[in-house]
Amino acid sequence: MTTVELRGTPLRRVGNLARADVLATVGAVILAVIVLAALLAPWLAPYPADGGSATHPAEALLPPGADHWFGTDQVGRDVFTRILFGARTSLFIAVAVLGLAAVAGVTLGVVAGYAGGVVRDVIMRITDVFLAFPALLLSLALAVVLQPSVTTVIVAIAVTWWPWYARLTASVAQSVAGRGFIDAARCLGVPAPKIVFRHVLPNSLTPVLVQLSLDAGGVILTASALSYLGLGAQEPAAEWGLMVEQGQTLFTTDWWVVTFPGLAILVTAFAFNVLGEGLRAGLDPHRRAR
Amino acid sequence: MSRATLRAEDVTLAYGHTTVVHGVSLSVDEGGVGLIGESGSGKTTLARALLGLLKPRSGRIVYGSRELPAMGRGERARFRGAVQPVFQDGSEALDPRMRIGASVAEALTAHHRMDRAAREARIAELLADVGLDPALAARRPHQLSGGQRQRAVIARALAVRPEVLVLDEPTSALDVTVQARILDLLQRLREEHGLGYLLITHNLAVVDRLCRTSHVLYAGRVVETGATRDLLTRPAHPYTLALRDAVPRIGVPTAVPAAVTARPAGTGAPAVADRGCPFRHRCPLAVDRCHAEPPVLRDAGGGRRVACHRAEEVLSGALRQ
Repeated sequence: MTTVELRGTPLRRVGNLARADVLATVGAVILAVIVLAALLAPWLAPYPADGGSATHPAEALLPPGADHWFGTDQVGRDVFTRILFGARTSLFIAVAVLGLAAVAGVTLGVVAGYAGGVVRDVIMRITDVFLAFPALLLSLALAVVLQPSVTTVIVAIAVTWWPWYARLTASVAQSVAGRGFIDAARCLGVPAPKIVFRHVLPNSLTPVLVQLSLDAGGVILTASALSYLGLGAQEPAAEWGLMVEQGQTLFTTDWWVVTFPGLAILVTAFAFNVLGEGLRAGLDPHRRAR
Repeated sequence: MSRATLRAEDVTLAYGHTTVVHGVSLSVDEGGVGLIGESGSGKTTLARALLGLLKPRSGRIVYGSRELPAMGRGERARFRGAVQPVFQDGSEALDPRMRIGASVAEALTAHHRMDRAAREARIAELLADVGLDPALAARRPHQLSGGQRQRAVIARALAVRPEVLVLDEPTSALDVTVQARILDLLQRLREEHGLGYLLITHNLAVVDRLCRTSHVLYAGRVVETGATRDLLTRPAHPYTLALRDAVPRIGVPTAVPAAVTARPAGTGAPAVADRGCPFRHRCPLAVDRCHAEPPVLRDAGGGRRVACHRAEEVLSGALRQ
């Protein structure tokens, strides 16, 4: 088994992890590229105006070439440019959904895990109610009720995502709550809220971070699915799922319109997943070298 | 001394349907009280109750003149501060993510406000008091040795100016030479701070050193109580005798009667809890009466109390071949 030394400076740690897990490193590098592309889209894109509502009917559906690396779509916009701008939308949705879900889920979970008893039962039954609905169905239902927009997508997905974090955190927090330093803090007379947020929370976060990384790919896929169904981002916004939807009828004749945004979704989800798996393996104490 | 004492009065403790401690009474004073017993005897559970971490099923935990569960918020806070734990494993007792200084600071600010300079000075003072270099305040628990961690735990406990320390196997996780130094430290701190100790251990040498009186716990019951030295030199309960003779000595083969070691405490204990002596299946002296009638804690002379039908015979050497 590979040996990972997790002590030392953060930089050193990252270095050690990188050597130990090539796949996770590939994931991290891909993600870094995607994040940079998203941040620098207006400067990197060959035709920045195509990220929005520009139309060039004369250049519609040109195949990939030197001028348009990924070709152009029905209204003549550069597909490569739109993929760069689409990265912004996708990453923003992923960060917003996971941020909302994690803050709500982790807060409730850590309280449930530490308090136990009736408090835990009430919080866990509420999460069970949310988990009882199939996630995509609940998101769909919400998205249909609300106005189609990126905000709708974020809310609809976050509502189905937080209970998993509540559950995960509650189980971890419960085991942390049984540890000696929690008893010690109680004996010192440290108030319960301080114990929860100063001791239980920080010591429960590792599995949550792993889960966040694993989930980011899934969120992007779900968001793309909702946009594909017309419930999310609206034309002329650049969003990968929406681009796939608009290009699918052209698949047999002008394959590039749908293929490149599809690949972007695939690669991003894949990168988040392998990074998450790498973090899981690297941070798992049972797999740590002693 | 007029300082408040910590007492357990006929305390019964249970987890769900499993009763772990049956009607135990004891009182912690400045002479030091030992609680001796093997793993599973209920000693750690009793310690948790005395710390206010576990509510008794019946009986009372009393601090000073007030019962613990009935205390008001303020008094409860005072009780929490007044009785501090030192557990076996210092790496478990300190938050692994916090620097030592931050852990001690948390204790300092749990009950009082304190400005930064005063806090830093007090942390340095506390660390020095337990024999730690104040520079170690900047370290995290995993960067310290086992002995240093245990000293840090003691320093944190002292930060709230406690009156009683509950020491649960405080030296069991340490090397023998380090053990001796921690015991020296505990002895010195008791004199300097006037602390009461409740010491929980299976290590008889440690009890002998720190505790004037001792209680021997078997299957959640006190089977023998008395002055520590007297108790260990002249046991009146066959279990105490077995514990003492099980201590390995260099060059001397251990002399525990085979019948005593045959079965651990847990085996068959719940079924026999109500009828007969809990120790009878492991006791080489068990007779019909021991199977029929549970022995109660009774006076055996010289301040000794013992729960055994045949204590007099044990005292007169019936278990010695």
